[in-house]
Amino acid sequence: MKKYSFYVLMLLGFSVLISSCGNQGDAKSSSSGALSSSAAEKAYVAPGEHDEFYAFMSGGYSGNITVYGLPSGRMFKEIPVFSQFPTSGYGYSEETKPMLNTSFGFVPWDDSHHPDISQTNGELDGRWIFINGNNTPRIARISLETFETEEIIELPNSAGNHSSSFITENSEYVVAGTRFSVPIPQKDMPINEYKGNFKGSLSFISVAPDNGRLNLEFQLIMPGFNYDLSHPGRGKSHGWFFFTTYNTEEANSLMEVNSSQNDKDFIAAINWKKVEEYVKNGGGTIMPAEYAHNVYDEHTHSATSTIKKEVLTVNPLDVPGAVFFLPTPKSPHGCDVDPSGQYIIGNGKLSADLTVHSFDKMIAAIEGKRFDGEAYGIPILKFDDVLAGVVKSGGLGPLHTEFDGKGNAYTTFFISSEVVKWKLGTWEVLDRQPTFYSVGHLMIPGGNSAKPFGKYVVAMNKITKDRYLPTGPEMEHSAQIYDISGDKMELIYDFPTHGEPHYAAGIPAELLAPKSKKIYRLDENKHPYAVLTPNDAKVTREGNEVHVYMSTIRSHFTPDNIEGVKVGDKVYFHITNHEQDFDVPHGFAMIGQNTSELLVMPGQTKTSLWEPKKPGVWPFYCTDFCSALHQEMQGYVRVSPADSNVPLTYTLGE
Amino acid sequence: MKKASIIMIIGPLFLLGLFSFPLWNIMLGAPQYPDPLGMNIHIDGLRDMNEFDLQNIDGLNHYIGMRTLPKAEDMWEFSIFPLVISGMVALGVLIGLLGFFGKVSYTWFIGWFIVMSILGILGIYDFNAWMVDYGTNLDPNAIMKLTNLDGTPMTYSPPLFGKADMLNFQVTSLPSTGAWLMFVGMMLTVVAFFLGRKNSKSAAIKEFTKLATS
Repeated sequence: MKKYSFYVLMLLGFSVLISSCGNQGDAKSSSSGALSSSAAEKAYVAPGEHDEFYAFMSGGYSGNITVYGLPSGRMFKEIPVFSQFPTSGYGYSEETKPMLNTSFGFVPWDDSHHPDISQTNGELDGRWIFINGNNTPRIARISLETFETEEIIELPNSAGNHSSSFITENSEYVVAGTRFSVPIPQKDMPINEYKGNFKGSLSFISVAPDNGRLNLEFQLIMPGFNYDLSHPGRGKSHGWFFFTTYNTEEANSLMEVNSSQNDKDFIAAINWKKVEEYVKNGGGTIMPAEYAHNVYDEHTHSATSTIKKEVLTVNPLDVPGAVFFLPTPKSPHGCDVDPSGQYIIGNGKLSADLTVHSFDKMIAAIEGKRFDGEAYGIPILKFDDVLAGVVKSGGLGPLHTEFDGKGNAYTTFFISSEVVKWKLGTWEVLDRQPTFYSVGHLMIPGGNSAKPFGKYVVAMNKITKDRYLPTGPEMEHSAQIYDISGDKMELIYDFPTHGEPHYAAGIPAELLAPKSKKIYRLDENKHPYAVLTPNDAKVTREGNEVHVYMSTIRSHFTPDNIEGVKVGDKVYFHITNHEQDFDVPHGFAMIGQNTSELLVMPGQTKTSLWEPKKPGVWPFYCTDFCSALHQEMQGYVRVSPADSNVPLTYTLGE
Repeated sequence: MKKASIIMIIGPLFLLGLFSFPLWNIMLGAPQYPDPLGMNIHIDGLRDMNEFDLQNIDGLNHYIGMRTLPKAEDMWEFSIFPLVISGMVALGVLIGLLGFFGKVSYTWFIGWFIVMSILGILGIYDFNAWMVDYGTNLDPNAIMKLTNLDGTPMTYSPPLFGKADMLNFQVTSLPSTGAWLMFVGMMLTVVAFFLGRKNSKSAAIKEFTKLATS
């Protein structure tokens, strides 16, 4: 028996040898099974080696962005964007609290969906990444040098900021559409008077080319549909923006049935260059509004929040030739434009087929004024006049499409849980691979730009079930990486993702890694409470406010003994990290602190507020294992009763 | 002799490289420092290999009680060395010029080389003495006081030349661009000497044959 199994093993080994030899240079190798060692090699990035691509995944209900490497699926960082993040103190520190300010006050959370990287000439330029907050409509800009959130702008007249945040070809605008239509301006009215009274806003936010600063330039006030997803035109269609819509029925209740009755909804085609010109010539109506604009300054290490009071709105009917509707079957979800800008793909989520519109045909139909009626005065083009083709996929529930730059498109099918590869122009299906399970978005690095890097596609799934060891009812989502360099897609790796990644954006590592900042320069620190040398460390009192100007270096706080603090004081610890060495942060935590710890990067200043409630001697310490003497990095604050007259003193090494 | 004198003029000029390139380089690599910290020793002071390296070396050295690295004004060497080098360059060029116009003989060339070599050896001796002092004279209240296996206190003098392991660091100390330029310049003066001697010998032979045949 033993001998027999030995022969079987030998035979197996031999067949592996033969098949792996036979597969060299042949992309048709099997995509699964233990014998396929090539898949493991493709996803394997050896210890100490770097990945080829960065992948920025939205965190969904975590409100943040997570940064991964491709093809390894290793997670590098979670970037706090819309949510408080105790790990670094984001949203807890005095400097970053203003980042989460809105017209509704402090909102410590959001639902982040669609990251998009800035572009120049339609290609990824790696300056910034943008992402939308879906719940309390906001757009954030994140620096790709510091990997920190630098700016958040709230959007008035919007609700469910879902068809966002997508970038035009030269990062002229970040565009954000509303998923829920609402009364504009908001008012108290019966919900069932929705039809004809609610409106949908599409916001165009300019990006300053030098520093990325955002400004809400204008909002198009559209009929009360649901604006689901969008993408910019590029190349020949640059200057246009395309939005999928659903609920053109304008239902307001039991939407899953009532908004699914029309056989076709629309893709709204917006000639934003025309609207921009109209606005530049003084067009549009300024309307009162209230929205927060929060900006973080890398040199003061502090954010400021400004409430803006008005917004420029544009009625599409006032700009003839700027807005058209393209009928698209079955509540289309994803709205994707191919790298050439010629094809606009509507992923009709309740159908089996993909509808592909032709930009050239659309222009011809507009020029020939071949309209099929109108909706609220906006011309509807004839379906057959703009249709380029239909992809008969055999799948169910198409959601999103990305491109590989080699003439192929890849579409996710939520219901049939697969990725389908098809050919642009012939609409022929070339390959299909299952996903695990119920895939939402997919991402090819640069796959929504004019220049995709078509080597891998990542499928981001909504359902995990049995893919990993069980962790109770709640678990992380799941993603799969496929190698798409050959004719057939090959599943090479499967990894859990944090939060609920909706969309993601990928970029070659060499475009970002060399400019990633290592430290903040202490000599450029302009924080008003920074101490630039330990000699400047001090403690001051203004009424019941105590300001501690504290410095840290391996491994001590200056000062580390403070007396004269009283119950009822507000004690602000302004911590400046004096290290100028890569990856030497110091932390700060105070017993009984009602906020989070701080994690202070080299050269940075952060502030924590502590309101002592009890007399005593209370310790604080460094939370980051900064050196062999980390455990010694601690100090004490003596808190006296409110009426005491212990003088304010502070010492180090006495 | 003209060719030899021109080489004698050029040779010492190579030493001017010391005003822009480091004489010596010390690199400190450790598991935590995949990009090693580096210190460039110039004739007029210590400089960072990469910005903040000196500050970070000081930060690490405080654990073992080393003094902070000297600033240019803390050591007389950093003001004297540039003067010595300038003086020797001027002297070398002058000797070369005098040789060119036949005022001095080629033996002056080797004389310059010998003086320069003595000064160089003195400089290296001084440099080594500083490193020994720096690595041995430690703060008695240092955070980490380590001893060798035989119980003597551990010292941390970097090697003058080559590699050495010190705690978690591997220290590499090697001559740098400035030193190599100085070496080339000095070798040129030796070449100048031999060329000068060869030429004067053949000139003497020519003279002799002329005398003999006339």
